[in-house]
Amino acid sequence: MSYTDLQSDLAAQGYIAADDLAVALHLALDLGRPLLLEGAAGVGKTDVARMLAQTKGTQLIRLQCYEGLDAAQAIYEWNYQRQLLTIRASAEAGETGQSVEDRIFSRDFLLERPLLAAISQPEPPVLLIDEIDRADEEFEAYLLEVLSDFQVSIPELGTIEATCRPIVILTSNGTRDLSDALRRRCLYSYVPFPDRNTELAILQSRCPTIDQELAQQVIGFVQKLREEELEKVPGIAEMLDFAAALMGLGVGDLTDRPSVLHATLSTLLKTQSDQAQITADVAARIAGKAA
Amino acid sequence: MSRVTKFASRDSGPSARMVGFVAHLRDNGLRLGVAEAELALSALTSIKAATPNDCRRALRAVFTGCQDEADKFDALFDSYWMDAGRVRQKAIPKTSNTLSDSTHSSRDAQSEGAASSAGNMTAPDGGEGDADSDGTGKLIATRQQNLARKDLRDLVRPEDIAAAQEVAHRLGAALRDKRSRRRIAAQRGDRLHFRKIIRHSLATGGEPIRLLHKKRPDRSRKVVALCDVSGSMSIYAQVFLAFLAGLMRADTKADAYLFHTRLVRITEGLRDKDAMRAIGRLSLMADGFGGGSKIGASLQRFSDTYAKRFVDGRSVVLILSDGYDTAPASDTVSALQKLKKRGCKIIWLNPLKGWKDYSPTAACMAAALPHLDLFEPANTLADLAALEPELVRL
Repeated sequence: MSYTDLQSDLAAQGYIAADDLAVALHLALDLGRPLLLEGAAGVGKTDVARMLAQTKGTQLIRLQCYEGLDAAQAIYEWNYQRQLLTIRASAEAGETGQSVEDRIFSRDFLLERPLLAAISQPEPPVLLIDEIDRADEEFEAYLLEVLSDFQVSIPELGTIEATCRPIVILTSNGTRDLSDALRRRCLYSYVPFPDRNTELAILQSRCPTIDQELAQQVIGFVQKLREEELEKVPGIAEMLDFAAALMGLGVGDLTDRPSVLHATLSTLLKTQSDQAQITADVAARIAGKAA
Repeated sequence: MSRVTKFASRDSGPSARMVGFVAHLRDNGLRLGVAEAELALSALTSIKAATPNDCRRALRAVFTGCQDEADKFDALFDSYWMDAGRVRQKAIPKTSNTLSDSTHSSRDAQSEGAASSAGNMTAPDGGEGDADSDGTGKLIATRQQNLARKDLRDLVRPEDIAAAQEVAHRLGAALRDKRSRRRIAAQRGDRLHFRKIIRHSLATGGEPIRLLHKKRPDRSRKVVALCDVSGSMSIYAQVFLAFLAGLMRADTKADAYLFHTRLVRITEGLRDKDAMRAIGRLSLMADGFGGGSKIGASLQRFSDTYAKRFVDGRSVVLILSDGYDTAPASDTVSALQKLKKRGCKIIWLNPLKGWKDYSPTAACMAAALPHLDLFEPANTLADLAALEPELVRL
């Protein structure tokens, strides 16, 4: 299987991957390495994992990172309630000592969190570690152990070996620099905003009913808009919303009704200063250029 | 611009050439080990590498680790595999003892007491009466960019960097010692985290068995330094470059940029373990050193690109510049406003401010003043060191 097969499989699911990304994904699958994806918000980093899981027909396990994420939420936690109940119940039944302790520190009393769940599946799942740059640096160290050895050490229970190697995809928005150690263990791909043809293909696969002429105009408009100095550059999801809004309002040509075009810009521009900057006139001018 | 190399035709097979390529990448600043070379070979086998572009994509996924590296990878790939490279030239660090003031390397001249009689380019005159002495020459305008390459290793010496590192370390500490007001959960905190304890005690029938703690986390400040290396600043470059190199070595989170007519990120280059090699790598990056200055445009570019990633409310932006700009001041102002919006502190260190009767009349400087948190003189390392109390107060 070559990367073009993977590309067409993904395309069948509605995900248009550029060549660079497809090669990186193919290598990640083939070599069993984690893949680190970086890029601006809204270029489809998270969707890669979702679509990959669908293509492979496996489960998607997602770990959303945030500041303060710790091992208890990411790897495992003991089920304290159950342990306590068991201790009380066994005390009444007259069972004491070592046997109770052995029982309450067994796998049955372990709550699996995403990382442990991912390595103890019968079939290799896709493990998505989303926005790793939001997690603390200490968390990276936990992650490194799991990613390099595919095992988890639990003091009371010993080391749990992986039953399968999950397909690991990490995404980052670059809000902080990741450690070199983490970068070294991963394959890397930078996901840029798609070029005109790719984006057109994305729009057509997600909105098959869209008029050809309008699709061309929408893509032209959004691509031109990205060249303006904006605080928040519109991503692919915003572009799809924009197209849906235009279709819903029955706009056939962007240059027809400037007031409607300006009203639909709320799907693309998400800050006050961006909206102030792209006035109705500016929008009409960009639409004129794009047409 | 890449430093080595085509592959040697005497290399026997693909693996030898791949090792050569890894060495080539390593020379150009990518941090790679033996494992990567092995991985690259299996990657090529895996995609059944048929076309150069497939190989390029596969190797890029393996060898690069961040956006900057991915951006420069294409050029490195071309130079090694596509015969676009040049013959290797060995870079030997120079420690010249024949520095003189006229070559803008004035450390020695200064210490030998030349300042009193011959005038000194890096220090202000006494300020009484006429200037002690002055050079002759004329200023001419040019439309050409100064693209001459300057070897910065002639300018900075290891001792300077060591001294600067000491200063940068102290300044960094002064800036960094900020602790948050709010406490957050922590393994070893000074207070009990009651909300968490009570939540967890539900599991144990209301008995608080696990005691959880919280503490005030260190919210370290991040220093982002932007150094002007245009023509008017080149006499101060020695001090400032040493300071930057020292800063990068003292503080692993600091970030550094040079600008003249363009903006260059030099953080990676300056992190090199060998201080002189770091400066050598810097000279490769700093094409246009000592040329014109576009402060406004450079700051604009910074606030539009890097600042979005690296500057937040916990950053201190340190601008080292004399404020002589060829562009209108409005660019600088709007760039500073944008930066300010990110919540950072902006410090402008102007070497000219140390001069007697200096007032910030340059249009760019005057316009920038209202947006600065601190505006201080700095033209020697001692001046920089003296900033410590100011920074603590910030």
